[in-house]
Amino acid sequence: MKNVTEIIDYCQELYGDLNFTVAREWKAADKSRKIIGYMPVYVPRELIHAGGMMALGVLGGGDQLEVIHGDAYYQSYICRIPRSTIELAITKRLDFVDGMLFPSICDVIRNLSGMWKLMLPGTYVRYFDVPQNFKDGVGGTYYRQELEELREGLEGVAGRKITDDDIRRSTAIFNENRRLVEEVYAFRAKAPWKAPSSEVYLLLRAGMVLPVEEHTQLMQDYLAAAEAEDRPMRDNCRIIVQGSFCEQPPLNLVKSIEMAGCYIVDDDFMLITRWLMEDVPLDGDPLGNLASAFLHQSVETAAKYEPDGSRKGKFLIDSVRARAAEGVIFAAPSFCDPALLDRPMLVRALNDNAIPNISFKYAENSGQMQPIREQAGTFADSIKLWSEA
Amino acid sequence: MNTQTQDHEVVKEASMLKQKAMIATNYDKLTSAPESGAKVASTYVPGNLNELIMCFDMLNNLPEINAIQNGMRKKSGGMIMEAEKMGHSEDVCTYVKADIGNMAKGAIAPNGKPLPNPDLLLLSYTGCFTFMKWFELLRDEYGCETTMLHVPYKGDGVSTENMRSYVVKQLKEDVIPALEKASGVKFDIDRLRENLARSAKAEEDLVWVLESAKNKPSPIDAYFGGVFYIGPIFTAFRGTDDAIEYYKLLRQEIEERIKAGKGPVTPEGDMSEEKYRLVVEGPPNWTSFRDFWKMFYDEGAVVVSSTYTKVGGVYDYDGFRHDPKNPLESLADYCLGCYTNRSLPERVDMIESYMDEYQADGFLINSIKSCNSFSAGQLMMMREIENRTGKPAAFVESDLVDPRYFSPSNIKNRLESYFQMIDQKRKAGGSAPRAA
Repeated sequence: MKNVTEIIDYCQELYGDLNFTVAREWKAADKSRKIIGYMPVYVPRELIHAGGMMALGVLGGGDQLEVIHGDAYYQSYICRIPRSTIELAITKRLDFVDGMLFPSICDVIRNLSGMWKLMLPGTYVRYFDVPQNFKDGVGGTYYRQELEELREGLEGVAGRKITDDDIRRSTAIFNENRRLVEEVYAFRAKAPWKAPSSEVYLLLRAGMVLPVEEHTQLMQDYLAAAEAEDRPMRDNCRIIVQGSFCEQPPLNLVKSIEMAGCYIVDDDFMLITRWLMEDVPLDGDPLGNLASAFLHQSVETAAKYEPDGSRKGKFLIDSVRARAAEGVIFAAPSFCDPALLDRPMLVRALNDNAIPNISFKYAENSGQMQPIREQAGTFADSIKLWSEA
Repeated sequence: MNTQTQDHEVVKEASMLKQKAMIATNYDKLTSAPESGAKVASTYVPGNLNELIMCFDMLNNLPEINAIQNGMRKKSGGMIMEAEKMGHSEDVCTYVKADIGNMAKGAIAPNGKPLPNPDLLLLSYTGCFTFMKWFELLRDEYGCETTMLHVPYKGDGVSTENMRSYVVKQLKEDVIPALEKASGVKFDIDRLRENLARSAKAEEDLVWVLESAKNKPSPIDAYFGGVFYIGPIFTAFRGTDDAIEYYKLLRQEIEERIKAGKGPVTPEGDMSEEKYRLVVEGPPNWTSFRDFWKMFYDEGAVVVSSTYTKVGGVYDYDGFRHDPKNPLESLADYCLGCYTNRSLPERVDMIESYMDEYQADGFLINSIKSCNSFSAGQLMMMREIENRTGKPAAFVESDLVDPRYFSPSNIKNRLESYFQMIDQKRKAGGSAPRAA
């Protein structure tokens, strides 16, 4: 059995590999194989997998990529993830990718879909819209047809039909992957000293660049190895990180929050891995099932409309309760419209429930962590010293 | 006809006076709603369903227009800072913050009276992600009924039947019942048809006005002047007799200008010699609107076509008109076709056609910090247009209603250099467009 260090070293290697070697090798192993890239925050990876293709998460260049060309495409007041993603494309790091999906998250990613079409004519590029109306007969009907159109588009890339049975099989595989993700999250919430967030982050991040089956196995291995490790419990406070669902924070930011005395017991990093909160049924219409799961079993996040004003923030508060968190850190990327526009409403909901919270911003390449450590440390101290609990 | 008195005070044209009266009347109706009992719907300019709102005898209040009004009156800066003090990020849209800051200060309308709380927030999520969050924020403040119309984005440059029927279904199942509930008025589709027929009439004259800029000299400025021309059709007047009359008057005035060989009207009277014909992308800056405009007309630069004047509806490029025969489908098509709901490649194609049809000398982008819907991708658009047309392009940056982001000397320097560049290109015979 692999130990935690071996598993996390492997994940760290994947995290640092901006040439996506594993995905390249996966594709090179069989001439018929294709890769479909996707950006945050959600696409139905089941359909890509059902076409015999690999879904590759493209989450920008992080803090390891020097952006030279990408800055020429964006003004200074636009977030960093699109410019580093453009950099990845221009520097041929994505030249093995056969298609790209740009989910409905904000206007920047939306417009990036059009830029991709202009930059790479002939490549399969789809802006993947999702309903903001959550009624089965309205948003559900619309979304099912969008899924049908996505299936047709992916069939064009795969060069074969994607049958309902193909989708059912892939859905079962992703159901298992989501269950393991939830197990990892539950394990961390129960014993955060055994599963530090810097490890959990890397473990989940590996799921962006590995075939799903390998990622599921990796999580099983990690859970077994982490359970077997004997690690000291610290007197840290338990916090949730919120607002980091698109442009990812540098790993050092996650480490800095932990070093400052916080156990991260929930977060919204790489939300795609747990977007659907329940198993998607395998019987009946597979596209209808995916549509229904999206409407009724998906997470609340800033990229989605909340039709019921009284429920705004409830998802986060429920998470605070369920994970026994003592506070929330809003860590949003600079210039991130969804996260920053949502924040005042969530802050109000937390304040109304007397849940301590602080806010700061980052960029994926932020290097200076001292202010973050100081802010998070002060927050942790204030919770420990002044919290009623 | 526009004339000047000896002390250079501009005499307003009849259409200007007409529009001013329309706006004043609408604000008076809004601010007296608590006494008159009129119901108020708040909604946005893109995807504005004014014809439908009127079917329920409701008044239409537009937060963006209020922000613009406050921007032009130099009041928005304080409102934005007020919202930032309340916890709104310095990074996000200043329309939102001006609106929220205005609410915190009592939501005063341009007539000096308080705006009423809306009876219904009608969120038309068309071409701008921020709209969705803005309405959640307003709902948080007002606690009133909200209904949402989600208009899918035309990512592939086409409106599909699926998109259209999704919008129509939402109108039938959500938006119309919410309007009925808020107003107490039953929906009458024939009334909607009548409103749409009036819209189409006004749209016909609007397009004539916009296309008059193909003349040399152009009798209009299609950006700075254009924002006044689109005022009625983008706001609370589409579908009214007032809008028809306004555009008829405007058209007559412009016909006169063409006959007289005149250029556009500016705040300082008729523009002198037309030296540069530009196509402009992006919204204007509102806090220094006149100063910004002056930088153009002082140099003899006239904007012959602009994309901002298509943000509340595209009527020229592909000939859309509201259609009383297919009322709800027509509203869906209108929403889907608004400029920022179109894909970037489609926007580039549109601009390229404007460059050609309006015989423009150059392409200018006013990139707005607040507005990612417009701004993300503009640098690539600029290069595409340069490559395709061989005409010089330039880029300036400002903001909608945040005065902190308008740097007059930088913008003026950039524009002066740009006009010199156009001159140089002309002398050199221009650049050849990229081979197809």
